[in-house]
Amino acid sequence: MSGEKPAWRVGDEIDERTLPPVTSSQLVRYAEASGDHNPIHTSARAAEEAGLSGVIAHGMLTAAAMGLPFSPYLEHGYVKELKVRFSGMVYLGDELSVGGSATGAVETAEGRLYDFEVHARKGEDVVASGTASFVVFE
Amino acid sequence: MHFERFIGQRSEPVVNAVEKEAVRTFAEAIADPNPLYVDEKAARMSWYGGLIAPPTFPRIFDYGEVEGIGSPGQGFIHGEHRIRYERPLFVGEEVRCYAEVKDYYEKEGREGVLGFLISERVGETSEGERIFAMLDTAVLTPGMRENLGL
Repeated sequence: MSGEKPAWRVGDEIDERTLPPVTSSQLVRYAEASGDHNPIHTSARAAEEAGLSGVIAHGMLTAAAMGLPFSPYLEHGYVKELKVRFSGMVYLGDELSVGGSATGAVETAEGRLYDFEVHARKGEDVVASGTASFVVFE
Repeated sequence: MHFERFIGQRSEPVVNAVEKEAVRTFAEAIADPNPLYVDEKAARMSWYGGLIAPPTFPRIFDYGEVEGIGSPGQGFIHGEHRIRYERPLFVGEEVRCYAEVKDYYEKEGREGVLGFLISERVGETSEGERIFAMLDTAVLTPGMRENLGL
Protein backbone atom coordinates (compact mmCIF):
# COMPACT_ATOMS: atom_id res chain seq x y z
CA MET A 1 0.00 0.00 0.00
CA SER A 2 1.15 3.53 -0.65
CA GLY A 3 1.65 5.71 2.39
CA GLU A 4 0.71 9.05 0.90
CA LYS A 5 -2.78 10.42 0.54
CA PRO A 6 -3.46 10.57 -3.19
CA ALA A 7 -4.44 13.68 -5.15
CA TRP A 8 -5.10 13.62 -8.90
CA ARG A 9 -5.39 16.43 -11.41
CA VAL A 10 -7.51 16.17 -14.53
CA GLY A 11 -5.56 14.14 -17.06
CA ASP A 12 -3.41 12.34 -14.49
CA GLU A 13 -3.13 8.68 -15.34
CA ILE A 14 -3.50 5.92 -12.81
CA ASP A 15 -0.72 3.36 -13.11
CA GLU A 16 -1.64 1.05 -15.93
CA ARG A 17 -0.85 -2.56 -15.18
CA THR A 18 -0.61 -5.56 -17.43
CA LEU A 19 -1.97 -8.75 -15.91
CA PRO A 20 -0.71 -12.29 -16.47
CA PRO A 21 -2.42 -14.18 -19.33
CA VAL A 22 -5.88 -15.54 -18.47
CA THR A 23 -5.68 -19.22 -17.48
CA SER A 24 -8.38 -21.86 -17.09
CA SER A 25 -7.43 -22.47 -13.44
CA GLN A 26 -7.96 -18.76 -12.77
CA LEU A 27 -11.47 -18.94 -14.28
CA VAL A 28 -12.31 -22.07 -12.27
CA ARG A 29 -11.12 -20.26 -9.14
CA TYR A 30 -13.22 -17.18 -9.96
CA ALA A 31 -16.27 -19.36 -10.75
CA GLU A 32 -15.95 -20.99 -7.33
CA ALA A 33 -15.31 -17.74 -5.46
CA SER A 34 -18.13 -15.86 -7.18
CA GLY A 35 -20.69 -18.62 -7.56
CA ASP A 36 -21.00 -17.86 -11.29
CA HIS A 37 -20.94 -21.35 -12.74
CA ASN A 38 -21.97 -20.55 -16.30
CA PRO A 39 -20.07 -23.33 -18.17
CA ILE A 40 -18.96 -21.01 -21.02
CA HIS A 41 -16.26 -19.85 -18.57
CA THR A 42 -14.91 -23.30 -17.76
CA SER A 43 -15.82 -25.74 -20.53
CA ALA A 44 -14.54 -25.44 -24.11
CA ARG A 45 -17.43 -27.55 -25.33
CA ALA A 46 -20.05 -25.38 -23.60
CA ALA A 47 -18.38 -22.26 -25.02
CA GLU A 48 -18.43 -23.68 -28.54
CA GLU A 49 -22.06 -24.75 -28.17
CA ALA A 50 -22.86 -21.15 -27.24
CA GLY A 51 -21.27 -20.00 -30.49
CA LEU A 52 -18.03 -18.74 -28.98
CA SER A 53 -14.63 -19.58 -30.40
CA GLY A 54 -13.43 -20.72 -26.98
CA VAL A 55 -13.79 -20.33 -23.23
CA ILE A 56 -14.27 -16.68 -22.21
CA ALA A 57 -13.47 -14.94 -18.93
CA HIS A 58 -16.30 -13.72 -16.69
CA GLY A 59 -17.22 -10.10 -17.42
CA MET A 60 -17.16 -9.43 -13.68
CA LEU A 61 -13.58 -10.68 -13.49
CA THR A 62 -12.62 -8.00 -16.03
CA ALA A 63 -14.61 -5.46 -13.99
CA ALA A 64 -12.69 -6.53 -10.87
CA ALA A 65 -9.42 -6.10 -12.77
CA MET A 66 -10.46 -2.54 -13.65
CA GLY A 67 -10.68 -1.79 -9.94
CA LEU A 68 -7.15 -3.09 -9.25
CA PRO A 69 -5.31 0.21 -9.98
CA PHE A 70 -7.20 1.79 -7.05
CA SER A 71 -6.25 -0.91 -4.56
CA PRO A 72 -2.94 0.74 -3.49
CA TYR A 73 -4.93 3.79 -2.28
CA LEU A 74 -7.51 1.87 -0.27
CA GLU A 75 -6.24 3.03 3.11
CA HIS A 76 -7.07 6.62 2.07
CA GLY A 77 -10.44 6.05 0.46
CA TYR A 78 -12.57 3.61 -1.51
CA VAL A 79 -14.20 3.00 -4.87
CA LYS A 80 -17.53 4.78 -4.62
CA GLU A 81 -18.76 3.86 -8.07
CA LEU A 82 -17.65 1.59 -10.88
CA LYS A 83 -19.42 1.57 -14.22
CA VAL A 84 -18.26 -0.84 -16.90
CA ARG A 85 -19.44 -1.55 -20.43
CA PHE A 86 -18.25 -4.88 -21.80
CA SER A 87 -17.47 -4.53 -25.49
CA GLY A 88 -15.22 -7.46 -26.34
CA MET A 89 -14.58 -11.04 -25.32
CA VAL A 90 -11.62 -12.05 -23.16
CA TYR A 91 -10.28 -15.50 -24.10
CA LEU A 92 -7.80 -17.86 -22.45
CA GLY A 93 -4.27 -16.59 -22.94
CA ASP A 94 -5.33 -12.96 -23.36
CA GLU A 95 -3.18 -10.41 -21.55
CA LEU A 96 -5.23 -7.53 -20.22
CA SER A 97 -3.91 -4.08 -19.42
CA VAL A 98 -6.04 -2.02 -17.05
CA GLY A 99 -5.73 1.68 -16.41
CA GLY A 100 -7.42 5.05 -16.64
CA SER A 101 -7.10 8.77 -16.07
CA ALA A 102 -8.68 11.43 -13.87
CA THR A 103 -11.50 13.45 -15.41
CA GLY A 104 -12.58 15.64 -12.50
CA ALA A 105 -13.06 16.05 -8.76
CA VAL A 106 -15.70 17.44 -6.41
CA GLU A 107 -15.91 17.98 -2.67
CA THR A 108 -18.45 15.76 -0.92
CA ALA A 109 -19.50 15.16 2.69
CA GLU A 110 -17.24 12.07 2.75
CA GLY A 111 -14.21 13.72 1.22
CA ARG A 112 -12.86 14.66 -2.18
CA LEU A 113 -14.45 12.53 -4.90
CA TYR A 114 -12.32 11.90 -7.99
CA ASP A 115 -13.77 10.73 -11.29
CA PHE A 116 -11.84 8.58 -13.76
CA GLU A 117 -12.29 7.03 -17.15
CA VAL A 118 -11.17 3.41 -16.89
CA HIS A 119 -10.49 0.73 -19.46
CA ALA A 120 -9.30 -2.82 -20.01
CA ARG A 121 -7.58 -3.63 -23.28
CA LYS A 122 -5.69 -6.43 -24.95
CA GLY A 123 -3.11 -4.73 -27.10
CA GLU A 124 -4.96 -1.91 -28.84
CA ASP A 125 -8.27 -3.74 -28.58
CA VAL A 126 -10.48 -2.28 -25.81
CA VAL A 127 -12.58 -5.05 -24.23
CA ALA A 128 -14.25 -2.96 -21.50
CA SER A 129 -14.48 0.71 -20.69
CA GLY A 130 -16.28 2.92 -18.25
CA THR A 131 -15.89 5.23 -15.30
CA ALA A 132 -14.82 4.94 -11.69
CA SER A 133 -15.19 7.31 -8.75
CA PHE A 134 -12.84 7.17 -5.79
CA VAL A 135 -13.45 9.13 -2.61
CA VAL A 136 -10.43 10.23 -0.56
CA PHE A 137 -11.30 10.65 3.11
CA GLU A 138 -10.84 14.08 4.71
CA MET B 1 -42.17 -15.10 -22.43
CA HIS B 2 -42.56 -11.33 -22.55
CA PHE B 3 -40.03 -9.62 -20.34
CA GLU B 4 -41.95 -6.34 -20.46
CA ARG B 5 -44.47 -7.70 -18.01
CA PHE B 6 -41.76 -8.22 -15.38
CA ILE B 7 -40.76 -4.56 -15.32
CA GLY B 8 -41.15 -3.29 -11.76
CA GLN B 9 -41.21 -6.82 -10.28
CA ARG B 10 -39.04 -7.34 -7.23
CA SER B 11 -37.68 -10.42 -5.46
CA GLU B 12 -38.32 -11.29 -1.83
CA PRO B 13 -35.26 -9.97 0.05
CA VAL B 14 -32.61 -12.46 1.17
CA VAL B 15 -30.23 -11.82 4.06
CA ASN B 16 -26.57 -12.46 3.17
CA ALA B 17 -23.60 -12.43 5.52
CA VAL B 18 -20.31 -10.88 4.40
CA GLU B 19 -18.12 -13.81 5.39
CA LYS B 20 -14.43 -13.41 6.08
CA GLU B 21 -13.46 -16.58 4.22
CA ALA B 22 -15.63 -15.71 1.21
CA VAL B 23 -13.98 -12.28 0.98
CA ARG B 24 -10.52 -13.83 1.23
CA THR B 25 -11.26 -16.42 -1.47
CA PHE B 26 -12.75 -13.72 -3.69
CA ALA B 27 -9.83 -11.32 -3.17
CA GLU B 28 -7.42 -14.11 -4.12
CA ALA B 29 -9.48 -15.06 -7.18
CA ILE B 30 -9.33 -11.48 -8.50
CA ALA B 31 -5.60 -11.31 -7.66
CA ASP B 32 -6.07 -8.48 -5.18
CA PRO B 33 -5.06 -9.71 -1.71
CA ASN B 34 -5.09 -6.19 -0.26
CA PRO B 35 -4.43 -6.34 3.52
CA LEU B 36 -7.67 -4.43 4.09
CA TYR B 37 -9.54 -7.38 2.58
CA VAL B 38 -7.62 -10.21 4.23
CA ASP B 39 -5.47 -9.08 7.18
CA GLU B 40 -7.60 -8.51 10.25
CA LYS B 41 -4.86 -6.81 12.23
CA ALA B 42 -3.95 -4.34 9.48
CA ALA B 43 -7.62 -3.63 8.87
CA ARG B 44 -8.33 -3.01 12.54
CA MET B 45 -5.68 -0.28 12.67
CA SER B 46 -6.91 1.35 9.45
CA TRP B 47 -9.49 4.11 8.89
CA TYR B 48 -12.11 1.38 8.46
CA GLY B 49 -11.48 -0.28 11.81
CA GLY B 50 -12.08 -3.71 10.27
CA LEU B 51 -11.97 -5.79 7.10
CA ILE B 52 -13.83 -4.55 4.04
CA ALA B 53 -14.92 -6.26 0.80
CA PRO B 54 -13.60 -5.57 -2.74
CA PRO B 55 -15.76 -3.29 -4.95
CA THR B 56 -17.14 -6.09 -7.14
CA PHE B 57 -17.77 -8.53 -4.27
CA PRO B 58 -21.55 -7.90 -3.90
CA ARG B 59 -22.16 -9.76 -7.16
CA ILE B 60 -21.80 -13.03 -5.22
CA PHE B 61 -24.79 -12.41 -2.94
CA ASP B 62 -28.15 -14.12 -3.28
CA TYR B 63 -30.70 -11.47 -4.34
CA GLY B 64 -33.68 -13.80 -4.40
CA GLU B 65 -35.77 -14.65 -7.42
CA VAL B 66 -38.20 -12.56 -9.35
CA GLU B 67 -41.27 -14.74 -9.86
CA GLY B 68 -41.26 -16.14 -13.38
CA ILE B 69 -37.66 -15.32 -14.34
CA GLY B 70 -35.54 -16.23 -11.33
CA SER B 71 -32.37 -14.19 -10.99
CA PRO B 72 -32.81 -11.47 -13.67
CA GLY B 73 -30.26 -11.71 -16.46
CA GLN B 74 -28.67 -14.97 -15.33
CA GLY B 75 -27.42 -17.04 -18.26
CA PHE B 76 -27.44 -14.07 -20.65
CA ILE B 77 -24.49 -12.02 -21.89
CA HIS B 78 -23.27 -9.35 -19.51
CA GLY B 79 -23.42 -6.02 -21.33
CA GLU B 80 -22.95 -3.45 -18.60
CA HIS B 81 -22.37 -3.35 -14.87
CA ARG B 82 -22.57 -0.46 -12.49
CA ILE B 83 -22.17 -0.46 -8.73
CA ARG B 84 -22.52 2.51 -6.46
CA TYR B 85 -21.74 2.47 -2.74
CA GLU B 86 -23.23 4.69 -0.06
CA ARG B 87 -20.40 3.55 2.20
CA PRO B 88 -17.80 0.73 2.31
CA LEU B 89 -19.07 -2.84 2.78
CA PHE B 90 -17.69 -4.46 5.93
CA VAL B 91 -16.81 -8.06 6.62
CA GLY B 92 -19.06 -9.49 9.30
CA GLU B 93 -22.15 -7.48 8.51
CA GLU B 94 -25.46 -8.80 7.29
CA VAL B 95 -26.88 -7.39 4.10
CA ARG B 96 -30.50 -7.63 3.00
CA CYS B 97 -30.48 -8.06 -0.76
CA TYR B 98 -33.16 -7.91 -3.42
CA ALA B 99 -33.36 -7.65 -7.21
CA GLU B 100 -35.78 -5.67 -9.35
CA VAL B 101 -36.41 -5.73 -13.09
CA LYS B 102 -36.08 -2.14 -14.28
CA ASP B 103 -36.53 -2.28 -18.04
CA TYR B 104 -36.62 -4.46 -21.12
CA TYR B 105 -36.27 -3.33 -24.72
CA GLU B 106 -35.21 -4.73 -28.06
CA LYS B 107 -33.00 -3.42 -30.82
CA GLU B 108 -32.26 -4.54 -34.33
CA GLY B 109 -28.70 -5.90 -34.47
CA ARG B 110 -26.55 -7.12 -37.36
CA GLU B 111 -27.64 -10.72 -36.86
CA GLY B 112 -31.21 -10.19 -35.71
CA VAL B 113 -33.14 -8.68 -32.81
CA LEU B 114 -31.28 -8.28 -29.52
CA GLY B 115 -33.01 -8.06 -26.14
CA PHE B 116 -31.75 -5.88 -23.28
CA LEU B 117 -32.83 -6.68 -19.74
CA ILE B 118 -31.97 -4.04 -17.13
CA SER B 119 -32.02 -5.13 -13.52
CA GLU B 120 -31.12 -3.51 -10.24
CA ARG B 121 -29.69 -5.29 -7.21
CA VAL B 122 -29.72 -3.54 -3.88
CA GLY B 123 -27.99 -4.28 -0.58
CA GLU B 124 -29.25 -2.62 2.58
CA THR B 125 -28.97 -2.94 6.35
CA SER B 126 -31.70 -4.66 8.37
CA GLU B 127 -32.97 -1.13 9.13
CA GLY B 128 -33.44 -0.54 5.41
CA GLU B 129 -30.46 1.78 5.00
CA ARG B 130 -28.94 1.40 1.54
CA ILE B 131 -25.30 0.22 1.35
CA PHE B 132 -24.96 -0.26 -2.40
CA ALA B 133 -26.94 -0.63 -5.60
CA MET B 134 -25.94 -2.37 -8.82
CA LEU B 135 -27.44 -1.86 -12.24
CA ASP B 136 -26.81 -4.59 -14.82
CA THR B 137 -27.63 -4.86 -18.48
CA ALA B 138 -28.01 -8.43 -19.74
CA VAL B 139 -28.08 -9.01 -23.48
CA LEU B 140 -30.16 -11.72 -25.14
CA THR B 141 -28.76 -12.75 -28.50
CA PRO B 142 -31.15 -13.69 -31.33
CA GLY B 143 -30.38 -17.36 -30.54
CA MET B 144 -31.25 -16.94 -26.87
CA ARG B 145 -34.48 -15.14 -27.77
CA GLU B 146 -35.39 -18.00 -30.06
CA ASN B 147 -34.69 -20.60 -27.36
CA LEU B 148 -37.00 -18.69 -25.01
CA GLY B 149 -39.71 -18.56 -27.66
CA LEU B 150 -39.59 -14.77 -28.05
